[in-house]
Amino acid sequence: MKHGKIPLIVTFLVPPLLLYVVFVVSPYLQAFQISTTDWLGYSAEANPVGLANFKALWHDDYVWNALKNNAILLALVPVFTIAFGLFFATMLSMGGRRGRAGVTGVRGGAFYRTVYFFPQVLSVVIIAALWKEAYHPTSGLINGILGTVGVSGPAWLGDPDFAFWCVLAVMVWSNVGFYVVLFGAAMSAIPREIYEAVLLDGASRWATLVRITIPLLWDTVQVAWIYLAVAALDGFILVQLMTNGGPNFSSDVIGVRMYDTAFGSETKFGYASAIGVVMFFLTLSVAVLALRVSRRERIELS
Amino acid sequence: MDRRDILRRSAAAGLLATPAAGLLAGCATSGGDDSADAEVYKGTKSAQNPLGVAEDAPLEVVIFSGGFGEDYAKAHEAMYTANHPKAKIKHSATTEISKTLQPRFVDGTPPDVVNNSGAGQIDFNGLVSQNALADLGELLAAPSLDIPGKTVKDTLLPGAVEVGSYDGKFLVMNYTYTVYGIWHSTKLFADRGWEYAKTWDEHIALCKKIKAAGIAPWTYAGKHPRYMSWPVISTAIKFGGPSVAMAIDNLEPNAWKSDAMKAAADAWHQIVKDKFILDGSPGLDHVQSQTAWCQGKAAFISCGSWLENEQKAVTPAGFNMTVAPTPSLGAGDKLPFEAVRGTAGEPFMVPAKAKNAAGGLEFFRTMLSKQGAQDFTKKVSSLTVIAGAAEGVELPYGLTTVVKALEASGANGFNWVYNNYYRKLERNLVDAACGEFFSGRISPAEFLDQCQKGADSIAADTSIKKYKRSA
Repeated sequence: MKHGKIPLIVTFLVPPLLLYVVFVVSPYLQAFQISTTDWLGYSAEANPVGLANFKALWHDDYVWNALKNNAILLALVPVFTIAFGLFFATMLSMGGRRGRAGVTGVRGGAFYRTVYFFPQVLSVVIIAALWKEAYHPTSGLINGILGTVGVSGPAWLGDPDFAFWCVLAVMVWSNVGFYVVLFGAAMSAIPREIYEAVLLDGASRWATLVRITIPLLWDTVQVAWIYLAVAALDGFILVQLMTNGGPNFSSDVIGVRMYDTAFGSETKFGYASAIGVVMFFLTLSVAVLALRVSRRERIELS
Repeated sequence: MDRRDILRRSAAAGLLATPAAGLLAGCATSGGDDSADAEVYKGTKSAQNPLGVAEDAPLEVVIFSGGFGEDYAKAHEAMYTANHPKAKIKHSATTEISKTLQPRFVDGTPPDVVNNSGAGQIDFNGLVSQNALADLGELLAAPSLDIPGKTVKDTLLPGAVEVGSYDGKFLVMNYTYTVYGIWHSTKLFADRGWEYAKTWDEHIALCKKIKAAGIAPWTYAGKHPRYMSWPVISTAIKFGGPSVAMAIDNLEPNAWKSDAMKAAADAWHQIVKDKFILDGSPGLDHVQSQTAWCQGKAAFISCGSWLENEQKAVTPAGFNMTVAPTPSLGAGDKLPFEAVRGTAGEPFMVPAKAKNAAGGLEFFRTMLSKQGAQDFTKKVSSLTVIAGAAEGVELPYGLTTVVKALEASGANGFNWVYNNYYRKLERNLVDAACGEFFSGRISPAEFLDQCQKGADSIAADTSIKKYKRSA
């Protein structure tokens, strides 16, 4: 190794590492410490209470209710998002079968790809505001359309039977575009000859997708799965802006519970940190589990 | 250079970095040592300077920039510097009080005056139980700035001190005077020949007429359904007397299931059962529902007297909004129809660790002067807690009805404070119950059960400080 490289490496490595330690690792460690206190957030006094916060958490119905919703998000958001993403990406890169030229996408693929990506360009706050208006019970887009066919729609975000599913739909909607592009890019790396061979053998589109495309995309799907699972355990921004957990806690998620406990209706920072610690371990275990479960033989192309 | 050298060098760099990280790591709960007390500004008390303000002490004011804006505060600051020319004022405004100021409270370097209001308000229970607020008792005893012969306390409307008191200590100065009631458009009612009903039976009959005319009788903020808890509790208090509210505030067992609350919940259930509420209201937030009401889609809405200012931009000319008390349940009511809920609102506080606490109190004295109060009323069309300060000021239509309602209510006015004592109880628990009740998913009995369950959970939570009031 040449001598001149060392300063370079240090200059590039130390600042980001330092930032990471100061702004990510140290708050994490602090949250662990704060979660064992009764700190109320507006004075420097905090008494250690051991694991009392965690004991109270175990008996907190509101926390369990929020966790239940997170579990539903965890089960459904990745499945729907990946399914839609794979479907659209497949259609875009090999949906068309006109002519004998082999494998092509549907007409106007580039246009669709851009349109699908739109939500990704918008900030989550804008997405939430946009959909809040779309779900408006009297002047919203959805009930407007339903009204023209003579159906009077529900109050969507104001109805505990719908509110949570409305948010879930927006979560899927806002994520799909990114995965269309991601899967599309991965698909373009799959050699065309494979598809041409499959085509010659007379495989249907469905068989092509399930037998060829998905196995060859498995690495990418796995990454998508973990990423979406972590996002599903959060869901904070959309829920907080669209329903704030209501009505009657029906769309509550654990992130909103934590925020509300510290900054909302109470100032229990110790208890909120305990919720944060629980979230940390949940997210960690979900990521590890997702990695384990989806581990498969890697297929070498070419 | 080999690999070991690199390791050694990066270890050195790490060591250098550690103190900085340690410093930051320690700051969340370890700030605010008491040696800072030495820097507190204090002047000598005199007849001219009853609060002992140090003449050259800087004053920092943080304003909640909500419905009232921040211009009124700048005017108050100008009045302060006119009396204390050597003082420099640092003014800032935010909508996120708790997020902005929380680190400064922990650090022990809070501003001198905080307008703790809005959705990002800091829970008062938390602040009071951590002794984070300065006692404002001295302010009450000080002479008024421009009303001769009276102390500040003498100039306040009844109830203004009680609302800001915790265990007998006056800690929070609520500046505005807010009336809560049921609002309607005088124009709409005159055009249709309707008249506001004074009893509940008449109210239901009127609702029927309104519905027949193709207008929804009611709408409400479905995303913040606690707005509807106000008329329900008001109805109960008028039926059963002020002790109904006292029991709720003091978290007495089954306070929410008193006979008066039962009668009120049963009565209000009628507007749900008979579908007198605008379709889709459960999905509207406060602005959306108030706008629907201003557009004439609904006849009644429950709100406080900030409504007129909040709706300024969308209220049609000649709409003439009017506030009215909740209808009486019957002849057996303990309070007359005219009784309304009036209370001091818009809280201001001086943090206990403020460097210029005396200046903070003096700033309040400036706000509570007749000149300061009149200027506020002119700028934001809202009443203040200074009695009679609105006299001679030209008020917008809605506010004149508020003044009239207050006069008619007189000594029969009532209030409750559980929402100040236990923010979570109103904002989360009663709020959720109201949402279920007014969208017709639960019965009156289930509604009161859910509220009671919320109150019981607060009562059982040992980490929440409890307050009692006896008047």
